[in-house]
Amino acid sequence: MLKILKFSFYEMIRSRWVFIYTLFYLVATMAFLLLSNDLSKVLISMTNITLILTPLIGILFGTIYYYNSKEFIQLLMAQALSRWSIFTGMYLGMALALCLSVLVGIGIPFLFYGIMGSPDLTIYLLLITMGCVLSIIFSLIAFIIAISCDDEVKGLSISIFVWLFFAIIYDGAFMLLILGFKDYPLDKFTISMLVLNPIDLARILILMKLDMSAMMGYTGAVLTKFLGRGMGMVLVSASLMMWMIIPFWRLFALGKKKDF
Amino acid sequence: MKMAFLFILNLLGIGIYANVVEVCKNCQYQTIQEGYQASIECDTILIKNDEFVIDNWLIEKSLTIIGENGAHLIAKDGGEIITIATNHVNIIGLKFSGVTTNYLKENAAIRVKHSKHFLIENNQITDCFFAIYLEKAKSGTISNNLIDGNASTEAESGNGIHAWSCDFLTIQSNEVLHHRDGIYLEFVNNSDVIKNHSHHNTRYGLHYMFSNDDTYVSNVIEKNGVGVAVMFSRRITMKHNTFANNWGHAAYGLLLKEIYDAEITDNNFLENTIGIFVEGSNRINYLNNNFRRNGWAIKFSGGCEANVISNNNFLYNSIDLVVASKLNDNTFENNYWSDYTGYDLDKNGIGDVPYYPVKLFSYIHQQAPETVVLMRSLFVEIINYAEKVSPVFTPKDIMDPKPKMNIIL
Repeated sequence: MLKILKFSFYEMIRSRWVFIYTLFYLVATMAFLLLSNDLSKVLISMTNITLILTPLIGILFGTIYYYNSKEFIQLLMAQALSRWSIFTGMYLGMALALCLSVLVGIGIPFLFYGIMGSPDLTIYLLLITMGCVLSIIFSLIAFIIAISCDDEVKGLSISIFVWLFFAIIYDGAFMLLILGFKDYPLDKFTISMLVLNPIDLARILILMKLDMSAMMGYTGAVLTKFLGRGMGMVLVSASLMMWMIIPFWRLFALGKKKDF
Repeated sequence: MKMAFLFILNLLGIGIYANVVEVCKNCQYQTIQEGYQASIECDTILIKNDEFVIDNWLIEKSLTIIGENGAHLIAKDGGEIITIATNHVNIIGLKFSGVTTNYLKENAAIRVKHSKHFLIENNQITDCFFAIYLEKAKSGTISNNLIDGNASTEAESGNGIHAWSCDFLTIQSNEVLHHRDGIYLEFVNNSDVIKNHSHHNTRYGLHYMFSNDDTYVSNVIEKNGVGVAVMFSRRITMKHNTFANNWGHAAYGLLLKEIYDAEITDNNFLENTIGIFVEGSNRINYLNNNFRRNGWAIKFSGGCEANVISNNNFLYNSIDLVVASKLNDNTFENNYWSDYTGYDLDKNGIGDVPYYPVKLFSYIHQQAPETVVLMRSLFVEIINYAEKVSPVFTPKDIMDPKPKMNIIL
C-alpha cells in the first residue's frame, strides 16, 4: 500500500495541474497580503476562497485522477495485491498531494508575514486545517462517484453537481426552511442541518473564532451553547471525522465489489 | 488684641494648626472613635497598619483621613463604614471590606451625603455591596481606587461608584470590577469620568441616567454585560474610550437611549456583539471611531434623526449596519468600510460609487435569527450581491456617497 501511495503521490505532485493549483493559492495569498497589510482582512478573504475552492478542486481532481489511472488500477489488480491496498494507496496519495498544495499555497505566505506572533494564529491554523479536511472529504466523494460511474462525462457532471449542491443549493434550501418555519424553535434543526454538510461544518468552525461576537448575539439557548466553547467544537470535529470515515468505508466497500 | 492672643496661643503650640492624630493598637488613641473624638476641624487622622471593626463612622468635621500601608476598616455586622456629612473631607489610602447586601438601606463602604470638596483617593474597596455612594454631593474627586465587588447576578448586587443628584464630580483612574454597574450616575451634571477601567461587571460598565453636560474620556470598558449605557441624557461627550468584548444576546459596547446632542468621537469598539445600539437618539455626531470585528457595528432602532456618521472605520464587522425603521435625515459620509468593493478612478482617495451598508443578509437575519449560522457562506454572498445590484428589500437611501478608499488613521 505504501508503495502505491508513494507512486500516486509523486505522480500527483509532478502533474501540471497540481502545480498550477498550488501556484494559484500562493499567488492569491501573496497578492492579498501585499495589497493589504492587515492579516485579519486577508484571513477573511482566504477563508471565503478556501471554503469554495478546496471542495471544488478536490472533487474535480479526484474524479479526473481516478478516470486517468483507471487502466493503471486494472493493471495493479492483475498483481498479487489486495484491493484494499490499491484503492487506499491511490486515494491517500492523491489526497496528500492536495493537502500539500493547501499547506504550501496558503500556509507558507502567512508564515512570512508573521502569523506566528499574531492573535489571529488560531484562525490561520483552523483555516489550513479546514482546507485539508475539505480536500480529503471531497476527493473521497469524488472517488466514490468515479467508481460508481464508468462513464467519464456522467461521473464529472455528477461531481460538479455534488459540489454545487453542498456549496450553494444546500445553504439556499437551508435558509428557505429557516425562513419558512421561523415561528417554531429551530435550534436543533439548525444544528442537524449543519452537521449534514461538510462545507457548513468547516465554515462554522472558522466562524466560531472569526465572528464569535455576532454568534453570541443569538438568543436560542441550545444553539448558543452549541456555538459556544467546548461542546460545539467537539461535535463539529466529530462530525467532520464521520464525514471522512463513512465515505472511506463506502469507498472500500465499492472497491471490493467493483467489476472492471 | 485678638491677633496678640492668637499669637500667644500659637507660641504655646495650641490649637490653630492642624494636628496629626495617630490611631493604632499601641498609640495614644487605640480605636478610631477615640481618635475622631480627639480631633478637631482640619486635623489629619493617621490610621496605622491594623484592622479596625467599624460601625458606621459619621464624619462631621473637615478631616483628612490617611491610611498607612495595611490600614483596614471592616464593617461591623456588614453595615456601613464611613459616612461623610460635611465639606472638605479627604479619605486616602485605606482598605475597606465586609459591607453586606441590604436592599433597604443600600449599604455602602463610603457614603457621601450633601457635602462638597471631598477627595477619595488610593483606596481599596473589596467585597462590598455598594462601594462608594454619593448623594447630593458636589465638586468631589474620586481617583485611583481599586473597587472589587462580589456581584453574582444583576438583581442581587450593588454598584461600584454610585452617584445620585451630584454636580461637578471627577471620577478618574479607578478600576471597578465585579459589581452591578461599575460606575452609575443618576441626575449627575457637569462631571468628568476619565481613564477608568471598568470590567467584568454584571450589568453596565458605566451608566448614565438623566444626566446632562457630562464627559467621559479615555476609559477602558470591557467584558461587562453592556459596556456603557447612556440613557435620557443630553450633551454627553464620549471620547477616546475603548469598548471591548461585551458579548451576549443583549450585549452592546455602547447603548444609547433617548440621547440628544451627544458627541461620540475617537472611540474604539472591539469585538462587541453590538458596537452601538441606538434608540430614539437625535443630533449625535459619530466621528473618527473604529469599529473592529463587532457582530453588528451600529444597530439603529426607531426614532433616530439628524445623526452624522462620518470618518469612521468599519473593519471586518460581521454586519456593519442594521436599521429597524426608516432613517430620516441621517448622514453617512467619508467612512472607510472594509467591505467596500468600489473603485477610485480619479485617485482622490474617495470611492466613485456609493456604498450601501445595509445588506440583504442583515435584513434576513432580522427576520430569522437562526440564519446567523449561514454567515459568510457562498449562497449568502450571492444573494447579497444580487441585492446590491438591484435593491428590493434593503433601503436605497441609506448609503455612504463618499466612502474612503483607505483606512482613516
